[in-house]
Amino acid sequence: MSNEYIDNILSNFDFSKIELLPILTEIQKQNKDNYISDDISDYVATKLKMPKARVDEVITFFSAINTSRKGKIVLQLCESTVCGVKKKHLIGEAIQEKLNIKLGETTPDNLFTFEHTPCFGACDIAPAMRVNGIVHGNLTVEKVLLLLDQLSKDGENNK
Amino acid sequence: MISENFGKYKYNEIDKYIELGGFTGLKTAFEKGKQHVIDELKISGLRGRGGAAFPTWQKWKGGLNELEQETFVICNADEGEPATFKDRELLSQDPYKVIEGLTISGYMRSAKTGTIYLREEYTYMKHQLETAIELSRKKGYLGKNILGTGFDFDIRVFSGAGAYVCGEGSALIESMEGKSGKPRLKAPRISSKGYLQMPTQSNNVESLAVAATILKIGASKYAEHGYGESVGTKLISICGNVNKPAVYEIPFGITLRQIIEEVAGGVENNKKVKFLQLGGVSGPLVPASLLDTRYTYEDLWDLDLGIGSGAILVADEDMSVIEYIKLANNFFHHESCGKCIPCREGVHVYKKIIDKLLNKTAKKSDIDYLLEVGTLMNETSFCGLGQTAATPVLKAIKYFRDELYTGTID
Repeated sequence: MSNEYIDNILSNFDFSKIELLPILTEIQKQNKDNYISDDISDYVATKLKMPKARVDEVITFFSAINTSRKGKIVLQLCESTVCGVKKKHLIGEAIQEKLNIKLGETTPDNLFTFEHTPCFGACDIAPAMRVNGIVHGNLTVEKVLLLLDQLSKDGENNK
Repeated sequence: MISENFGKYKYNEIDKYIELGGFTGLKTAFEKGKQHVIDELKISGLRGRGGAAFPTWQKWKGGLNELEQETFVICNADEGEPATFKDRELLSQDPYKVIEGLTISGYMRSAKTGTIYLREEYTYMKHQLETAIELSRKKGYLGKNILGTGFDFDIRVFSGAGAYVCGEGSALIESMEGKSGKPRLKAPRISSKGYLQMPTQSNNVESLAVAATILKIGASKYAEHGYGESVGTKLISICGNVNKPAVYEIPFGITLRQIIEEVAGGVENNKKVKFLQLGGVSGPLVPASLLDTRYTYEDLWDLDLGIGSGAILVADEDMSVIEYIKLANNFFHHESCGKCIPCREGVHVYKKIIDKLLNKTAKKSDIDYLLEVGTLMNETSFCGLGQTAATPVLKAIKYFRDELYTGTID
């Protein structure tokens, strides 16, 4: 991928070091693989005239910035206390069984990644999951299986 | 009062907000001046609603002294405390009140710029907030020479990137400066050296909304509600095993039992309450025997409990305390920034021992060790995260020791 979009983002932020976090977030958003590679980190560090270690520190610190390629659809099941009380483990087990992957893994067709995530403030509709950032709540095993079917179908159609 | 506008307008309907009496609080502040704002906040008894409960008037009174240096104000919308979602409702249902509150805060500090620090998980609201800010600018409530007073002030929305510790003021600022969000050593506090070394005042979303409300209706009217020294009302987010989990505005002083039964529709499936956790995952566990406690700062402090963010998680009789503290500690294990040793190592020790309890291979002495390490974390950690990370476990030891012993072999 060309680095032109990165140059544009950097210039929109006036090559300002203090804007590193929104710069990285924006790069990830525009990157088709949805993560910040080592090469990108190196490039940003050079352009901002700062040590790569400083860029890497920020990349690895924040959970919303990915350091590796993820599936097209990222399923993030809340693992916090409220969803725990509302039996989120049943949802997690159903997802792993259906997709035949373990927590943290990506399906071989690169369509789904399944992760746990800390609370995202949807406790009134626990147990809840984010699907590429969109919140789905009041989950039941039945509901989540239907949702996965729908997402698979959409994924096929978009191929 | 705080939630008076919920459901009454959409984020792009600033005229409706104005019809509802919006921006009256800001006008009052301009007309009556800074001392009046401080006096009103004092009468209202408003305490920081993010969880720290520091009196807002004390935080704001620094604005009475004119500073030579530029000052910066922040609205902390990094609502990351599990079980807490009341700021989410304020931001989505009454964004102009938050903008108004932040503008009043900016006026108090003679700031030129304010930032709403929005957690990554709430990014879906960023566009709405930015639209509301833009419309406020067009109507003259933000920008140059606001309402002809000569006061210039503008607001930017800054998105976080998923780090609970950034709710801590100095960590939040570090992340705004392009660094990883690790708390700074204090002193200096952010009130003297914060964002870009400027004096910085940071307030929780709800605190700002309450300040705007108080200046709109008058502190004495606000003070008609509440109980004892806990004046007024509070937004709570009640969730877990209740029939009607949601955000509610309640007067201080009703009991925990009333909140569960009368406000939140009682426990699901007619089960019994086993325990609550107040104020989020860093808050205390409260056993069912204390349900008749009044929901006030003072009544809860007397029992070494606290209101925190206003979250109330209800767990019914089916929930295992050992499994629960596992969930709670997992959170801190994930979110500890690793800067200071007591927190970084403490949550790790906790993980090991809690796993032993789950596998029923722990010893009774392990519980004593949890107590020792937890006390150390509480007393010596660098920031609020580490200082409170052990709270659920320490309260579990206090109230559910016998159940913890079911995970031991001796």
